[in-house]
Amino acid sequence: MEFYRSHVLVCGGTPCVLEGCKGVRDALIAEVKRRGLDREVKVVETGCLGPCDLGPVIVVYPEGTLYQKVHVPDVPEIVEEHLLKGRVVTRLVGEGLQAGVVKYEEPTYLGVQERIVLRNCGVIDPESIEEYIARDGYRALAKCLTEMKPEEVIDAVKKSGLVGRGGAAFPTGLKWNFTARADADQKYILCNADEGEPGTFKDRLILEGDPHSILEGMAVAGYAVGADKGFIYVRGEYGLSIERLGKAIEQAKALGLLGPDIFGSGFSFDVEIRKGAGAYVCGEETALIESIEGNRGEPRIKPPYPGTEGLFGKPTVVNNVETIVNVPPILLNGPDWFRRFGTERCPGTKVFTLTGDINNKGLIEVPMGITLRRVIYEIGGGIPGGRGFKMAQTGGTSGGCLPKELLDVPMDYFTLPEHGSALGSGALLIMDDTHCIVDIAECFMRFFEHESCGKCTPCREGTARMRGIVGKIARGEGKPEDLDLLDELGSAMQVSSLCGLGQAAPVPIKTMLRYFRDEFESHINDRLCPTGTCGT
Amino acid sequence: MEPAARNAGICPAKIGEILQKYSRRKDALVAILHDVQKEAGYLSEEALTEIASGLDVPVSRVYGVATFYTLFATKPKGEHIIRVCQDAPCHVLGAKAVIEALEKELGIPMGGTTSDGKFTLEYTSCLGVCGVAPAMMINEAVYGNLTPERIPLILKEYK
Repeated sequence: MEFYRSHVLVCGGTPCVLEGCKGVRDALIAEVKRRGLDREVKVVETGCLGPCDLGPVIVVYPEGTLYQKVHVPDVPEIVEEHLLKGRVVTRLVGEGLQAGVVKYEEPTYLGVQERIVLRNCGVIDPESIEEYIARDGYRALAKCLTEMKPEEVIDAVKKSGLVGRGGAAFPTGLKWNFTARADADQKYILCNADEGEPGTFKDRLILEGDPHSILEGMAVAGYAVGADKGFIYVRGEYGLSIERLGKAIEQAKALGLLGPDIFGSGFSFDVEIRKGAGAYVCGEETALIESIEGNRGEPRIKPPYPGTEGLFGKPTVVNNVETIVNVPPILLNGPDWFRRFGTERCPGTKVFTLTGDINNKGLIEVPMGITLRRVIYEIGGGIPGGRGFKMAQTGGTSGGCLPKELLDVPMDYFTLPEHGSALGSGALLIMDDTHCIVDIAECFMRFFEHESCGKCTPCREGTARMRGIVGKIARGEGKPEDLDLLDELGSAMQVSSLCGLGQAAPVPIKTMLRYFRDEFESHINDRLCPTGTCGT
Repeated sequence: MEPAARNAGICPAKIGEILQKYSRRKDALVAILHDVQKEAGYLSEEALTEIASGLDVPVSRVYGVATFYTLFATKPKGEHIIRVCQDAPCHVLGAKAVIEALEKELGIPMGGTTSDGKFTLEYTSCLGVCGVAPAMMINEAVYGNLTPERIPLILKEYK
């Protein structure tokens, strides 16, 4: 084992990759070597560090100095000044964020955050199983296989209060229990990594930043319910995710952490990657199952639920990436530890992706129940240009839009629905006061009209009709009765659509009608777009 | 840059090879279509018919799957496929102006292919890089923090 006095972590998440982090990493390695520091300083490419709009981002340890927008020409200066002379290159640290040097652990970045799911993201080299193991990786699996009975594993997950993080918030332990109790010769664990909710990129960055944690969580689930085979369904667009996951599977197999007779326990578990081909609806669990079976990704009628009759007709646990990654720490530290985070009704943390009109865009993990205000102003650094907050959409395009009066509502899976919204996948889209409600509403409905699979009438016709009406209002051709019609159509879709897509599609519009009705009315009654966006 | 689409024909033997790789399993249809498209550039009627007979399923089923997913093309496309996002996070940060710049620079509307067959311009659903919105993909490469001014510079790399 070699020891280094400094580690330079280079974020290798997709947002940084496309800003040129690979070149920065290579230049750092070359410059460190040229300066003869390669025995003292180690350059590591990690998963996402969080501040995605500041890429390429690097952090120098042990100081924890965060450098942003680092490009190849900056590298010699960082190596000479920081790594050789021990002086921080101030021109590359968080300009305007805080006075002085920004440290990665400081409040703006990690202070308010709690990292359970992202425990290894931006800390380890995701392509190294050794680094994962060094951070207690595969210990939870070892504990389950050697010290716990399957029912004890399920019990621990139940007691932790973990609920599904894909958006539906179904209790994970209960879900596992259905499949464990089902009598079948074959069962499956299915990890839903078909992340398609606009504004959401957490699963992508977990897949890229800590792929082994997903494999470990799936193997634990497999042991708990009696499944020896797992599938991960990843979006076809997520090239780097698929690549890193593939490497992780190979490494785990080579060390006997996947495959036959893991830890000599007699338990065997294999994982296979399935690549999606571009269909938002495949994020719905039964549509995803149809896609893996080689069909059009159209949702099935439920019941039967996948827990008893899923993939290839066999009992199947379908869990979101974030849900699965919560599992190993829960087993390792116990359910009581997990319940220390978040709220009584909704324990644990939530990974959010901050997008839109906000100073610090990117990936964060905070205790469940945090308020929108704290996320926007303490972590997100507020709204650019000193403009006013207009609304935030929680849960992605299928979530609701909340006005400034609701900035102090705690965000969890049970409180947000009381205000007509949803926590969903954890996407947070912040919009400032220059945006027009009707224009944004049309953008939402355009998305759903395109993504509706067409199988059931309420969703297929409803999304098209709603888009048509909103478009008409934007063009200044709306009628006063259109608003009630939108509301009525939305309610019909919510109760009669086959799957979550059609049931959630009206949610954003319904909240906009509830909180911003006057803006629709001024488009209709006065033919006036208050922000001057629409061609009324 | 690796061109995404070659629009070349694909011989039945090559399709047979791909089917064999998946042991002619019907449930591998999505993966098979990915592989055939990678090889041929798009999924022609001949290719779909060949796949159907190789898997012993109706052509209608293969066609149904091929047309369901947006990453599959049943018609030839340009050498480079530009997929630009217009979903809410990109829309909020100015995707509209980026799309207009792309249309102007390429001289084609959304959904079109340039007359020299170089570029196809189409919409994509959220690419999951919303932290650097507005974003687009050209073939396999993702571009973020787009502005209308950057569009000609990026396209130059592919011309």
